[in-house]
Amino acid sequence: MALTAFSANTKSVDQAPKKKGLIALVLLAPGIAYMLLFFVAPFIQLILTSLQAPDAGGGIGQYVSAMQFSNYWTAIQEYWPQITRSFIYALSATLIGLLISYPLAYLIGVKVRSKPMLQGVLLILVIAPFFISFLLRTLAWKSLLPSELVGTHFSVILGLVYNFIPFMVLPMYASLQALDLRLVEAGSDLYASPLTVFRRVTLPLSIPGVVSGTLLSFIPMAGDYVSASREFLGSTETTMIGNVIESNFLQTQNYPMAASLSIVLMVIILIIVATYVKKSGAEDLL
Amino acid sequence: MKSFSLGKAFVPVVSAITLIFLLTPIVHVILFSFNDAGRSNILWKGFTLDNWQNPCGAPQVCTAFGNSILVGVVATVVATVLGTMIALALVRYRFKFRSTISLLLFTPMATPEVVLGAGLAAQFLLAGVEKGIGTIILAHTMFCISYVVVAVKARVASLNPAIEEAGRDLYAPPSQVFWRITFPMLLPGIIGAALLSFALSFDDFIITNFNSGTSTTFPKFIYVSALKGVPAQANVLASIVFISALLLVIIVQVLNINKQKRLARQ
Repeated sequence: MALTAFSANTKSVDQAPKKKGLIALVLLAPGIAYMLLFFVAPFIQLILTSLQAPDAGGGIGQYVSAMQFSNYWTAIQEYWPQITRSFIYALSATLIGLLISYPLAYLIGVKVRSKPMLQGVLLILVIAPFFISFLLRTLAWKSLLPSELVGTHFSVILGLVYNFIPFMVLPMYASLQALDLRLVEAGSDLYASPLTVFRRVTLPLSIPGVVSGTLLSFIPMAGDYVSASREFLGSTETTMIGNVIESNFLQTQNYPMAASLSIVLMVIILIIVATYVKKSGAEDLL
Repeated sequence: MKSFSLGKAFVPVVSAITLIFLLTPIVHVILFSFNDAGRSNILWKGFTLDNWQNPCGAPQVCTAFGNSILVGVVATVVATVLGTMIALALVRYRFKFRSTISLLLFTPMATPEVVLGAGLAAQFLLAGVEKGIGTIILAHTMFCISYVVVAVKARVASLNPAIEEAGRDLYAPPSQVFWRITFPMLLPGIIGAALLSFALSFDDFIITNFNSGTSTTFPKFIYVSALKGVPAQANVLASIVFISALLLVIIVQVLNINKQKRLARQ
């Protein structure tokens, strides 16, 4: 779904799928086997790990299989502030990102459509950040911001917004680029004010791009731990769920805690995304 | 054409602010590759070309950079081959569990990296696999496959089947139709998917951090040295990558525009 919006300008041709079971199987088998082994199996392992109990006779990082569902309760209780903070950060950053990215997407997709050269230059500027390490760019903000702002809610949200602007702009641009300008013209011919035309024609037609862009940003933002980490734009006051998962897994080797928190993160994201997609009426994107 | 602007100045002004916000850190990273900073590259201490003359001058930085290129190339090659095969099957053939398989390939993109990273690390822990370059490659290949499938699928779906039919009507055997017609038409999409996949792998930090053990990639090197200050050599290497990638994109754009102009003239 989401990413297919990138290619909204390529018209798909009707290709009646043929029935050739064997060829399809040969084409699919290696890739699907890979995904089962390195995506599905780890996911199951993550669920199993989240239910493990400490090994009575073992040392640090030693756990045995169990069905200890209370791990979830412990994780939520212990890290409730970090969990809520992550989602407040991600939701605010998504909203701010949308507000500053939509005009840029509109400029590239609609306003300069008749000037392909300028359009190309603007698009290159939007994808340019992909070519240079996001960690160095995030660190750059640490030098650029006044030092009293580093380590605050402000700097972490700024880091999140900053890192996901291209992910917002590109799908919205793809939607707006596909917008038929004759519809906009028809609106103004019928004496609608520019604002009404935007609200009743342009915006509704660009909703698929808005939904893709916000989802492509919101999901990774909620699990991000670079912006909020102390070495980057955060402090102990800004710890997000991603930081907690990282430190439990890699430092204290509390694997069940890290795994429970990962599952909690996934479940909350699923609930928010499902509600959002339903409310925005963009189910067919999925 | 009638005016369809929402407030003449609003869109350009906000766009300009967003672009400045987006691009300022890039300028900063490149500028600080010329900083005469010694170990800690945080404050501007004066202009120097030393870092550019000796980009491997800081310990570990070139090893990490080399590892990232190795991981990126291997993961991209494997993911591009496997992902292209899946994309062809998904668009061209009808089979059971088609939508389940699509969902399976889409889900990794909608999963936070920290969850993917922790899951893989838990799996390697259980299997007793020692973490290192190998496990980084295995992890990167996984998420790259998803992106390749999405990118190539769009390309396959936009192919006009009539061209292939013409080949078959002229009695070309299926393998010849594939290698002489289908594959060349898909190639731009496949190359695009491979570049995307390399870029994603090269810049990945979160999944790498969970599955690298003591091995280092370029992003991990930056993360680990962030506490003491990242050496300016890292900025030099990042700037080299940035400038080469940008030039490549500009050349491709210009060639495309020229080609379109030529086609328009014909």
